[in-house]
Amino acid sequence: MKQTNVIKVENLTKMFGDFTAVNAVSFEVKKGEIFGFLGANGAGKTTAMKMLIGISTPTSGDAQVAGFDVYKNPDDIKKNIGYMSQKFALYDDLTVKENITFFGGIYGLSRHQIKEKRCQLVEELGLQEVVNELVSSLPLGWKQKLAFSVALLHDPKIIFLDEPTGGVDPITRRQFWEMIYKTAHNGTTVFVTTHYMDEAEYCDRVSIMVDGKIEALDSPKKLKEHFNVASMNDVFLKLARG
Amino acid sequence: MKRFIGFIKKEFYHIFRDKRSLFILFGMPIAQIMLFGFAITNEINNVDIAILDKSKDVTTQEIINKISSSKYFSNKQLIENEAEIASVFKKGKVKAVLIFENDFSKKLIKENKATIQIITDATDPNTANTISNFTNSILHNYQQEINKDIKIAYQIIPQTQMAYNAELKSVFMFVPGVMTIILMLVSAMMTSISITKEKELGTMEILLVSPLKPFQVIIGKVVPYIFLSVINAIVIIVLSIFIFKMPVQGSLIMLGAESILFIINALSLGILISTFSETQQTAMLVSFMGLLLPVMLLSGFIFPISSLPNILQIISTIIPATWYIIILKGIMLKGVGLAILWKETLILLGMTVFFMALSIKKYKIRLE
Amino acid sequence: MKIIGYIIQKEFKQIFRNKVMLPLIFIMPLIQLIILSNAATFEVKNIKFSYIDQDKTSFSRALIDKFEASTYFNVITDFSSSKIANSAMLKGEVDVILEIPQYFERDLLKDKKTDLSVIINAIDGAAAGVENVYIIQIVQSFNKNAQTNLMQPSDLKNMPKSILSIPSFWYNKTLNYKTFMVPGILVLLVTMITLFLSGMNIVREKEIGTLEQMNVTPIKKHQFIIGKLFPFWVLGMLLLTVGLIIARVLFNVPMVGSPVLMYVYTSIYILVILGMGLFISNFTDTQQQAMFIAWFFVVIFILMSGLFTPIESMPQWAQHLTVFNPIKFYVEVMRMVMLKGSSFTDILPQFGKTFLYAIVMNGLAVWSYKKTS
Repeated sequence: MKQTNVIKVENLTKMFGDFTAVNAVSFEVKKGEIFGFLGANGAGKTTAMKMLIGISTPTSGDAQVAGFDVYKNPDDIKKNIGYMSQKFALYDDLTVKENITFFGGIYGLSRHQIKEKRCQLVEELGLQEVVNELVSSLPLGWKQKLAFSVALLHDPKIIFLDEPTGGVDPITRRQFWEMIYKTAHNGTTVFVTTHYMDEAEYCDRVSIMVDGKIEALDSPKKLKEHFNVASMNDVFLKLARG
Repeated sequence: MKRFIGFIKKEFYHIFRDKRSLFILFGMPIAQIMLFGFAITNEINNVDIAILDKSKDVTTQEIINKISSSKYFSNKQLIENEAEIASVFKKGKVKAVLIFENDFSKKLIKENKATIQIITDATDPNTANTISNFTNSILHNYQQEINKDIKIAYQIIPQTQMAYNAELKSVFMFVPGVMTIILMLVSAMMTSISITKEKELGTMEILLVSPLKPFQVIIGKVVPYIFLSVINAIVIIVLSIFIFKMPVQGSLIMLGAESILFIINALSLGILISTFSETQQTAMLVSFMGLLLPVMLLSGFIFPISSLPNILQIISTIIPATWYIIILKGIMLKGVGLAILWKETLILLGMTVFFMALSIKKYKIRLE
Repeated sequence: MKIIGYIIQKEFKQIFRNKVMLPLIFIMPLIQLIILSNAATFEVKNIKFSYIDQDKTSFSRALIDKFEASTYFNVITDFSSSKIANSAMLKGEVDVILEIPQYFERDLLKDKKTDLSVIINAIDGAAAGVENVYIIQIVQSFNKNAQTNLMQPSDLKNMPKSILSIPSFWYNKTLNYKTFMVPGILVLLVTMITLFLSGMNIVREKEIGTLEQMNVTPIKKHQFIIGKLFPFWVLGMLLLTVGLIIARVLFNVPMVGSPVLMYVYTSIYILVILGMGLFISNFTDTQQQAMFIAWFFVVIFILMSGLFTPIESMPQWAQHLTVFNPIKFYVEVMRMVMLKGSSFTDILPQFGKTFLYAIVMNGLAVWSYKKTS
């Protein structure tokens, strides 16, 4: 299969006043890969991601996501991506079923498609019992899994995950990564930010951001070889300390 | 204690860091008191009237001139027949129509009397009634003028003295009211929202499991707002003295002390609201919708309490603002002290204690 | 269109699910309508009247009886000296002190003229003015009686000329305040609820983070805004309907004009308020801020709407400012249509301004709502 680039970024920059949050980053993400976007808190990960998903306009540079330009066609990008933010962002006061219906609806799925997707999703996540419960009554781990699945409802080409595993227990994290693998296996590109370095090991390729710049970009294996260390954590520490 | 001070500091940081809210908190009360102090009055003047003069003689012209030159009326409009009355009223501008009967002058000379009909748009009964009274008194004066050669027998002439407000300035009525509304709502809203916000975000639990006692947490949250409200109160008092020339006949210290008492009262009401509400929206709806109109209408701010139906008079006594307004007017306009205002002060104090006790009880229940 | 439908459905579910908010949104305004409509009256009644009678003659007694007979005055006390009376006024126990001087009867019979001293607590200047009118009316009618009773034949030739005035109060013959206030208070409640809900709604989604989730979906600005505001528009209309029924059934307020006109106007008016709420929402980061701004404008709009105090009496500059006050227009239209039966052409000026306002407000709201930063 020919590898195509679904995200192309060149010299992308975002400034807030005098502060440069993202400083001329360039990278490419291939179709179907799990791309890890690593960095300490405040390194500019989330800002960079927000430019790619069309809710923040870049100060300069170019970026294409799913074949569309971030300046010219943000709405086309939005049709082709899914997004899960670090803040849990489903509606607490709606039930599981209602959340699925709502998000399916605003992505333009037909009633029939929504129903089909819902049944499939509820079964996969084992949510049969709570499908008519308010989302607020679910444990955090379930909420995160649900949010992830909802972001995939409309079969996006790329899914962006912003620190998806913050605050969940190790077992759920494990399950979550299984879901990510499965998604990637089905051909959806996964773009994930995290500051858990052990999670970086699960990615096909990772980029490490320090102070708004990408300092390293390669597969975890090659990075470890290059820096001659045993774990991604050590890679990161080396980079962060300059 | 050190911990407690640290906590209060944190609350101050929260407030001062949010520049926009700070601007709102200080800017708005000032803007409001300026606007209302200058603009609002329950006097009635500059009313548009229409005149239907069927007689068109010297006397009617004289009366019309008297009426148009009075400050109560402006923009007189002449109409030609009765059918026009309804249409000018329906347009909404004209509030009264005067109709002079046929041969007005002649009748006045021959029969010693002539008739004017005063038709008012009574959709606003207050304006209608007042216009009617004003017109009557203008007519009465005119009557005395034309009768000045005739000595009327047996007259009792009341010599009226308007106590505390000789010029009948309505600003004396409104400034204390506006001040009360602002302090009450700003204080109650601020506390109820800031406490429910912590609840909603889940940070309240963190505070409650800290070694701080629940009442310390609450007091810590409230202290900065007492501080802010006191500054607001000072600004408002200064503005009312220097810009609206409100007198302070009584003691300034007492005015300050009573204001602090009222602020604390409003804040504890805010705390109480927050104990009942789980979300900021609820707290806001209660303190905004629930307090605004009742405080405006039942506290004696705009409408005299003595005119309320009995049941509403009773309700007005459970509104803290009612008592604070009495205290404000007492100190500022009448110059009385605690010797007379002790009852009102005690009631405010009692309400404050009640609100606080209830809130503490509610919090304890929640914790168990 | 289908997408808007999903948003509307979601908003309605959220509103009707909230067991705390729902009664607050519906019951509280209606209770306020019922209770507060009784409160708003400038009628001055139950005036606390006191007197000092230093004459103690049948004549002075007769005058006091007149006051006692009046429905406006509650005669409370008979003070022995003006010192005691004044201190009672300081305490707020009395509103009016009438002092009948010594030799009141004797002077009247001898000089055909005598003075009477009246002190009125004038902190509420308007009420004091009204009280003064009542007192003068009572004294004048007492004068008339005295004149007819005591008149000598020699006085008869001096009949004064008199101008009689016949007042008539249109649209509200009994000067019923509730007829006046119910429509006005209904306007306030509809306005406050819709402004509150729309102002808090989007900023709340901002605070809890769901707005960002919405912004990464392909929905268009107008779909999102219409979907968000439509449910509140419906709520506002519903509130108006229930309020009108209460006005009719409980307060007997007539509906002289066309209800259809009323609804058409209201439907545009609510758009103004919703646009305003959205605009506030867009410019604030927290519900607290949005709340304060909404509060600030509502208080100004209410007090300068002509609902409680007349607009004509405001200084010119303030009257000009009221052009920006949507509540003013609504209060006017409501009273004109309900009580006077004004037609569409009569309310055309208000209608036009409200329409323009709606376009500007919603234009600003849509413009300032940004899906990107």
